[in-house]
Amino acid sequence: MNYLEPYLILSSILFSMGIYAVITRKNAVAILMGIELILNSCNINFVAFNRFGNFSTLDGHVFTMFVIVLAAAEAAVALAIIINLFKNIGTVDVDQAKEMKG
Amino acid sequence: MPFPIPDLGLLLFVGLCGLIIGSAFMVVTSPNLVHSAVSLLFTLFGIAAIYIYLYADFIAATQVVIYVGGILVLIIFGVMLTNKIDNATITSKTHNQIPGIVFSALLLMMQLYAIFNTNWLVNENPPIDNTIMEIGKLLLGKYLLPFEVVSILLLAALIGAAMLSRKKAE
Repeated sequence: MNYLEPYLILSSILFSMGIYAVITRKNAVAILMGIELILNSCNINFVAFNRFGNFSTLDGHVFTMFVIVLAAAEAAVALAIIINLFKNIGTVDVDQAKEMKG
Repeated sequence: MPFPIPDLGLLLFVGLCGLIIGSAFMVVTSPNLVHSAVSLLFTLFGIAAIYIYLYADFIAATQVVIYVGGILVLIIFGVMLTNKIDNATITSKTHNQIPGIVFSALLLMMQLYAIFNTNWLVNENPPIDNTIMEIGKLLLGKYLLPFEVVSILLLAALIGAAMLSRKKAE
């Protein structure tokens, strides 16, 4: 596949699916899965543009590695927060976490 | 009579795209959260194969090791730990489907419009054979400061996650 567009279309479909998961899910872990889909679509774009753009170096690969590292850190902290939420209110439904609501 | 051989690379690419999109659809719509997590496994493996199509072998290996081996296991842990044990099936229904479909379809249309109406300056670089060497040079040369900052951030995130999830000392 030596064209740029199929990769861009694939990543935009993945991005829209991630946004759909973030909008429609109420379970916090499922929202986290949607965010992972969004980050993966961004990574596909970085690598595809690095392959087909006018670059002679691999800067896009380095950016992709930074994104993967940030996704790992984000998943660890988010799961710690979600487990604390479950300990405190007994559910991970994000609509039930409303103690701070005025 | 010679049998017309289809372009195997193209066929494999289309199959991979179908696998990725189908399993991503399962991730976002399945009411069973364990099924969602297992479908995410197929999505992430498919994306690793897409990286191989883009001559990014090291990124593909990193994807398999970190996403499939690390983050996915963490997510499955999260699914298991945040549900009552006596629940046989862990369910999570979707809500607000109509606004979700409208909003994400609108976003998809905007992106497709931008993709098809831009004159991309595509030039076919010769693929770089030794990507690991190039990435290592970039990481310890041009991107040394972001590399160190991201390692400090990873350390802080690990300590923060451990502190958030431990038991309070009496």
